[in-house]
Amino acid sequence: MTLNDLQETKAKELATRKKIVLRCCLAAGCISSDAKGVKEQLVKAVAEAGLQDEVEVRGVGCMKLCCEGPLVQADPSNALYIKVTPDNAPAIIAALKGGKVALQQADPNSPFFTKQEPIVLANCGLIDPERIESYIAADGYLALHDAIVEMEPKDVLDAMVKSGLRGRGGAGFPTGLKWGTVAKSPGARKYVICNADEGDPGAFMDRSVLESDPHAILEGMVIAGYAVGADQGYIYCRAEYPLAITRLQKAIHQAKRLGLLGAGIFESPINFNIDIRIGAGAFVCGEETALMASVEGKRGTPRPRPPFPAERGLFDCPTLINNVETFANVAPILRRGVEWFAGIGTEKSKGTKVFALAGKIQNTGLIEVPMGTPLRTIVEEMGGGAPDGGKIKAVQTGGPSGGCIPAQHLDTPVDYESLTQLGSIMGSGGMIVMDETTRMVDVARFFMEFCMDESCGKCIPCRAGTVQMHHLLVKLLAREANARDLAQLEELCDMVKNTSLCGLGQTSPNPVLSTLRFFREEYEELLQPDPHAVPQLAAKP
Amino acid sequence: MNTLLESPRNKAVARFAQLLASDKRYKILEAHIKKFQHRQDALIEVLHKAQELFGYLEDDVLRYTAAQLKLPASRVYGVATFYHFFTLKPQGEHNCVVCMGTACYVKGADKILAAVEASAHIKAGETTPDNKLSLLTARCIGACGIAPAVVYDGTVTPRQTPETALAQINQWVTP
Amino acid sequence: MAAKTLTIDGTQISAENHTSILQAAKEAGVKIPTLCHLEGVYDVGACRLCLVEVKGSNKLMPACTTRIYEGMEVTTDNERLQKYRRMTLELLFAERNHVCAVCVANGHCELQALAYELGMDHVRYDYCYPKWGVDASHRFMGMDHNRCILCQRCVRVCWHIEGAGTKNVSGRGSKSHIISDLNEPWGNSTTCTSCGKCLLACPTGALFHKGDTAGESLRDRSKLEFIVNAREKQQWTV
Ligand SMILES: Cc1cc2nc3c(=O)[nH]c(=O)nc-3n(C[C@H](O)[C@H](O)[C@H](O)COP(=O)(O)O)c2cc1C
Ligand code: SF4
Ligand code: SF4
Ligand code: SF4
Ligand code: FES
Ligand code: FES
Repeated sequence: MTLNDLQETKAKELATRKKIVLRCCLAAGCISSDAKGVKEQLVKAVAEAGLQDEVEVRGVGCMKLCCEGPLVQADPSNALYIKVTPDNAPAIIAALKGGKVALQQADPNSPFFTKQEPIVLANCGLIDPERIESYIAADGYLALHDAIVEMEPKDVLDAMVKSGLRGRGGAGFPTGLKWGTVAKSPGARKYVICNADEGDPGAFMDRSVLESDPHAILEGMVIAGYAVGADQGYIYCRAEYPLAITRLQKAIHQAKRLGLLGAGIFESPINFNIDIRIGAGAFVCGEETALMASVEGKRGTPRPRPPFPAERGLFDCPTLINNVETFANVAPILRRGVEWFAGIGTEKSKGTKVFALAGKIQNTGLIEVPMGTPLRTIVEEMGGGAPDGGKIKAVQTGGPSGGCIPAQHLDTPVDYESLTQLGSIMGSGGMIVMDETTRMVDVARFFMEFCMDESCGKCIPCRAGTVQMHHLLVKLLAREANARDLAQLEELCDMVKNTSLCGLGQTSPNPVLSTLRFFREEYEELLQPDPHAVPQLAAKP
Repeated sequence: MNTLLESPRNKAVARFAQLLASDKRYKILEAHIKKFQHRQDALIEVLHKAQELFGYLEDDVLRYTAAQLKLPASRVYGVATFYHFFTLKPQGEHNCVVCMGTACYVKGADKILAAVEASAHIKAGETTPDNKLSLLTARCIGACGIAPAVVYDGTVTPRQTPETALAQINQWVTP
Repeated sequence: MAAKTLTIDGTQISAENHTSILQAAKEAGVKIPTLCHLEGVYDVGACRLCLVEVKGSNKLMPACTTRIYEGMEVTTDNERLQKYRRMTLELLFAERNHVCAVCVANGHCELQALAYELGMDHVRYDYCYPKWGVDASHRFMGMDHNRCILCQRCVRVCWHIEGAGTKNVSGRGSKSHIISDLNEPWGNSTTCTSCGKCLLACPTGALFHKGDTAGESLRDRSKLEFIVNAREKQQWTV
């Protein structure tokens, strides 16, 4: 493959485009509501109407408004059909000819769509994730060409530093800095790992990206490999995402066939291979050192850092490990320029962030907004607020490591620092909206149970501490706890946070701490009098 | 009788030869292990394949895997029990996985689970005595957009309620 | 080898490059409490008792796995660290069933000794009372899971010193436990050489010599260090 071949592929793909495209979501969410049947019937209806030459029915990735699936969108009319059933197919075809038909539609010009700024999701819902040509037609692999043929590895590193991109896996570590460390670390072999374990309950951003635009991840990884000097990559994907795994496998196969992956990429001496490793149901394997142990075929237990993976990682070699979304940002940054990217977002948090909106909210689905967008814009304008006129009570971000942000702080801009200040974290991007019916102590218990079940058991504070904290929360909810128990809970939170080995234990108290901070009265309401309390002396008159 | 022939090692070798000869699935597993060049870091991949072939990981499979990858048996057992996805017990004919992720939980997944548990008289993680149904829970299957979701025999089903869940499982087990 | 200067609890010391804080402190006569650390096998940083404060780092660092560097300032003991260490021990006592009075290791147990030393005289948490059994199938050794603190010292000696790989950890979280082979009775193990090294390594009464009654088990842990030094450094002096 050369630049010419790439452009030819693109031209050929564009030349075969038909006047009208019916995009049909074939991501996991809609497939569960029979999107495959919808697509089949659409193809049939097109044939029956004799429109094969004018209309293309294209299976695409997630179209973002997952709660209304299956979704079908027509180009160029932009009409967006929701809750489509296979029986609706003839009506959709009829509508193409201008007929007014009674089909459920969503407004593609509603804030849910217009407030989005797609970089990572730019191809999501537009291209066919199972065809590399579709990706190439959207300027795919152009950035890889530029990187390998026209840039030195250090230029790529420079660009990553200047872009200001920070890791999207949770901690927000500067990506350029990490790449630089791996590039500098001495080692005969180096590895690049894509963390697609997405274990946070309530998060499905990475899944959607993998299912909708797998080549973007591959391209980002190859560029990273070139920049840091690695020739082997691994994608660690959780077993719960079979569709993502199939599409990744297909994508790897196609990229290899075109010489965009494997030996001699773009006819240069650069080699890079990618293998998929499938997780087996352990949340802690999202933690980078545990993930590497798992790739090595071991029990997924974390180990103390330092040494950091960038110095000593997989098979004891320097290893670059980044999140799916982080890699998805790489090609757009190189293609559209560092200045363009650095111009989006806030001073310290550049670019956009993808969130998975779920819970008690009108519009559940995927959104991508510039960093610094106020929470209120996200949940009220875009999300449409709580369903059935309910009132939003809190927004949970960061999953079991995060916290609950109460409604009075909805004007907080969403960036790494602001969320941390509120005792939550950006996390990977799960955003669960809770309404008035949600009991915060129960939410805290829910997350503590999660951490207790998912603790690897290696270190004492997390293994035994989560059990005790969970026990205290259960006691509270059963109205069997007193003020001393609550004090003990707080003391344990502090201890587990400061002494646990890995991020799982260190952040497991966060949901309790943040609900205690903003909803303390809900805890206190449950307290019983302490039988052993020293009686307070009555105040002097 | 030569005592050497009775050494545990020889007994194990004889046992594996017998398994390979009598059970086609071991042949497939062997081929899969070869594909990974007997690499020890392929252990999890191999266990995935084994579970796909056998439905669960029985002792012989674990021993065979250990021998093929040149790993201590205890190490293989340690790995197999660390990950939720692997099961060492036979599973029921059908399975029902209730997603207990946050989004599903706030939308009432706990009530669905309770209803199924009560109706099938088993707890999450168990299989009915007649081996018809295994009830499992998952920590978020990434289908939050269509919460609460339940997976029946591998098919993700959106927007479930206790009623729809019972309607489905009652086709498999009589309440 | 280059030496590094650092301060431990205000005293300046020097130690060889690449040594751990724990080792450097020991050479300087400062004792840091440990449970999962065992001379002779690699460290895992799991018990978190050896956590120390390092100036410039907002996280506590495990002394056993953290390497020293030039100009490092370490605090090994203060009220906060002591409190965390006591709580860690309390959590351990509440986790399984440690009834010291009837334990073979009574008086020779590292867990018990640490509790005395750190002044952990009562447990404020509710006991979990898990139902763990005793594996008495081996000819002359036994394993009482109720006393196990999951430090994995036995696993590491069995693999790294003896090379048998009989012991490992099964399950995860609070359901983890130590197994022999495929979670089989120890006595049926085809891999165990009955060398007894795991017994020497165990800090509590979880692994014991059958026939020992309460308070009888004496262990010479220096034997393990001796074997490693003999093998790796050709030093047969004790
Ligand atoms: C318990 C735990 C779970 C984690 N899960 C994930 C995950 O599912 N996906 C992810 O990308 N990062 C996860 N991380 C963060 C990773 O350890 C790591 O920081 C990240 O992959 C680095 O990528 P980034 O720099 O691109 O963010 C997790 C961390 C912890 C402590
Ligand atoms: S904090 Fe929890 S998950 Fe992390 S190493 Fe310790 S026990 Fe394992
Ligand atoms: S006696 Fe020796 S071989 Fe047997 S389990 Fe203990 S350390 Fe391993
Ligand atoms: S048996 Fe003893 S050495 Fe082994 S993990 Fe338990 S306490 Fe540690
Ligand atoms: S899965 Fe179809 S719109 Fe998200
Ligand atoms: S001795 Fe360092 S963590 Fe146990």
